Amino acid sequence: MSKQPPGAPPPPPVQRIRLRYTKRGRLRFTSHRDIARVFERALRRAQVPMAFSAGFSPHPKVSWVGAAATGVSSEAEYVEIALAERCDPEAVRRALDASLPDGIDLVDAVEAEPGTSLPDRVQASSWRIELAQVAFADLENAVRLFLAEEAIEVERMTKNGRRVFDTRSAVVSMTATVGDDCAILSMVVQHVTPAVRPDDVLTGLRSVSDLATPVPPAATRLAQGPLTAEGEVADPLAPDRVAAGLTGALAGATRQVDEAVGVQPLASSEGKD
Amino acid sequence: MPVESLFPRLEKLLPQISKPIQYVGGELNSQVKDWDAADVRWCLMYPDAYEVGLPNQGVMILYEVLNEQPGVLCERAYSVWPDLAKLMREDGVPAFSIDGHRPVKAFDVLGISFSTELGYTNMLEALDLAQIPLYAKDRDETHPIVLAGGHAAFNPEPIASFIDAAVLGDGEQAVLEMTEILRRAKRDGLSREETLLELAKTGGVYVPRFYDVTYLDDGRIQRVAPNHPDVPWRVSKRTVMDLDEWPYPKQPLVPLAETVHERMSVEIFRGCTRGCRFCQAGMITRPVRERSITGIGEMVEAGLKATGYEEVGLLSLSSADHSEIADIAKGLADRYEGTQTSLSLPSTRVDAFNIDLAQELSRNGRRSGLTFAPEGGSERLRKVINKMVTKEDLVGTVTAAYGAGWRQVKLYFMCGLPTETDDDVLEIAEMAREVIRAGRQATGTRDVKCTVSIGGFVPKPHTPFQWVGQADPATIDRRLHLLKDAIRSDKSTAKAIGFRYHDGKPGQIEGLLSRGDRRVGAVLEEVWRQGGIFDGWSEHFSYDRWMTAAATVGIDVAWYTTRDRDELEVLPWDHLDSGLDKEWLWSDWQEALSEQDLDDCRWIPCFDCGVCPQMGTEIQVGPTGIKLLPLSVVTPVV
Repeated sequence: MSKQPPGAPPPPPVQRIRLRYTKRGRLRFTSHRDIARVFERALRRAQVPMAFSAGFSPHPKVSWVGAAATGVSSEAEYVEIALAERCDPEAVRRALDASLPDGIDLVDAVEAEPGTSLPDRVQASSWRIELAQVAFADLENAVRLFLAEEAIEVERMTKNGRRVFDTRSAVVSMTATVGDDCAILSMVVQHVTPAVRPDDVLTGLRSVSDLATPVPPAATRLAQGPLTAEGEVADPLAPDRVAAGLTGALAGATRQVDEAVGVQPLASSEGKD
Repeated sequence: MPVESLFPRLEKLLPQISKPIQYVGGELNSQVKDWDAADVRWCLMYPDAYEVGLPNQGVMILYEVLNEQPGVLCERAYSVWPDLAKLMREDGVPAFSIDGHRPVKAFDVLGISFSTELGYTNMLEALDLAQIPLYAKDRDETHPIVLAGGHAAFNPEPIASFIDAAVLGDGEQAVLEMTEILRRAKRDGLSREETLLELAKTGGVYVPRFYDVTYLDDGRIQRVAPNHPDVPWRVSKRTVMDLDEWPYPKQPLVPLAETVHERMSVEIFRGCTRGCRFCQAGMITRPVRERSITGIGEMVEAGLKATGYEEVGLLSLSSADHSEIADIAKGLADRYEGTQTSLSLPSTRVDAFNIDLAQELSRNGRRSGLTFAPEGGSERLRKVINKMVTKEDLVGTVTAAYGAGWRQVKLYFMCGLPTETDDDVLEIAEMAREVIRAGRQATGTRDVKCTVSIGGFVPKPHTPFQWVGQADPATIDRRLHLLKDAIRSDKSTAKAIGFRYHDGKPGQIEGLLSRGDRRVGAVLEEVWRQGGIFDGWSEHFSYDRWMTAAATVGIDVAWYTTRDRDELEVLPWDHLDSGLDKEWLWSDWQEALSEQDLDDCRWIPCFDCGVCPQMGTEIQVGPTGIKLLPLSVVTPVV
């Protein structure tokens, strides 16, 4: 008995497509594993001609880039798929989006520039955190105290047990603003190991001030990608667009994303059944 | 009364608990109908965690059948884990349906499907969380009718004071008929009592309050009799005759959360007449009714389109027994060639299985595991339980599977079967060793494994073993240890044989609930009051809590479990009619004791178990001779 199943091996990938998707509303309660399963089934329903891995348990070739934690909303999650037949990225996006549940919305698709790595481009995230029943002045004070420190250590359970790590150095920028019945924390956080998640930064804020969050804060990732010299988060798909000769289409793609953001409250309750 | 969604209140709790996605609903193919446009509203509950309950076919089928009806709304509920239950109680958030997040207490019916008696404590927890009175007698017209279904409903006596009604057997037609009665009752403004009476009068809905139980001095039941002139002496099970007329689920639910079975399931036949004497499912679902090969093909095609699943499960109590299983497997494998769609037969008899079938099953996509269930370790014991598989059959089949590329098979047995001795159980070790030796020889490698998995036998109502004293936990545990030592003693095969088992204690509690009467309800309530929930989960089950509760309320667990009953004893479920003649069950029990096997009535003349004449049913099997044609090539969307 051979180690490989009989018959020809699956066809090799001929094209890779990078997709940006959201995690909105109640779909923010999906874990990354949930999304991966949902996505795999949507690929089948949409009949996307996927490339498969070889072996007795062939799997469609799907590569995930990071993932927002369970309970965290996002406007900018990324996944790369490998196809066995060439397809128009926009047609794939439309078909897949129609097969995905509302809330996991595909907002961008572009053919990958060969030989490049998407994870390498994802260096930082831009976050917006709504803190209900928190006074703007209290948040502003906490932000000021936080930014004044060199290092702020917090503790969290990780896969490898309880770990203590610094949250301050990962934070590139941080501001407080006033929202509807809430204070809003906006920040750019670098991707480091171990990961500094929004709730870790909140733990850090609480540790340097008397900030209290009576209602669980609602975090939304607005963007992730390369960190520019100005401390901003750039579009990680921009180089692929250039390689695909789509620079002219860039503005269009961005507008489309903005529209999608505009119709959807970022992290507010979606309680209407 | 306007009914608001509880989701905004729930949403605040979700970030504080584990796996919140299981409570948000919104699964593919789920639906939320307009509350006010419906005049009969059902909430179907599976009393276990979402991950176990969502794939349940019974709930999925009835959910769709009911929602297809104009004016009828059906939503689902599952058990909530203790972390959320605690927060719900603190915040006063009542139990909710996961489709519309509507309060469970606002529905007309709360239908609970019990696959196992170990879900009873979860029902009490659900009623309490729903703010519905625990006892049926304390409910009024504002509360839902609490209805039990599923296999455990064939003896609902231990939960008789908590439920308003129970339905025995197939639910498809039953829920529609009940809906009509409820619609009329609501329109005519009937009281709760009058509504329940209308249901009871049909003869197909058991309403415990209309039956009185009297007891003899020694504790046995003297009589169960109706206390109302319009209520029948016996309540009959329901049987759906033409499965092709009920191709449900048409739009299977696809969860966002991870669940125990992630596949497109098609029930290829219902019922089983193999006559395994321990098997309650086989006894209470007679006769065999096959779905046609074309009906199966249509369901698979529609279901895969609707779900995107990569596995098709062909379900039944013994799937390889379908009269056209070879053509079904080949036809489906042909149709889905090259699409990475695998087929599985979750229940396969050793003697009905063959390697051609296995190859068809694994031709496309992933190769699923193989499980065979000889159930009894010795030839003698297999005659007692009427599972007629010889050791040669088993070794031959497993060896062929190894030869065809499988490296791992699972062998399932029971311990504590009637008349069982230590030697019967020790033969399991010998069988496993032979399987490994033959497999090594057939493959020329040492890379073959088998797992011996053992469950404790629990005697069930409506089976020939309903009279037998259950083996006590100490006996089961001692035999399991002997078996473990025996497997380990042969160093040449020990590492190739895995051994999985549960101790005998949960089985004793299941036995108490399976054959219990109304008095056992007090134990159930006490266990729940002491914090007992999720009793089907070993990390939540507490034997000591059950035994202490039984002692507190004065129930002798041994009397209910290890005691042999005699032929004339009135059994708690005698007034519930599964179609089987009690005389036939007794004679089959006597034949078991004399180690007489009995063949399947699909292949021999009728042996008068009683079901078909009593229920007006008949065996429905093929072959039809029809083959599945290839599907027309679909043009991909992309």
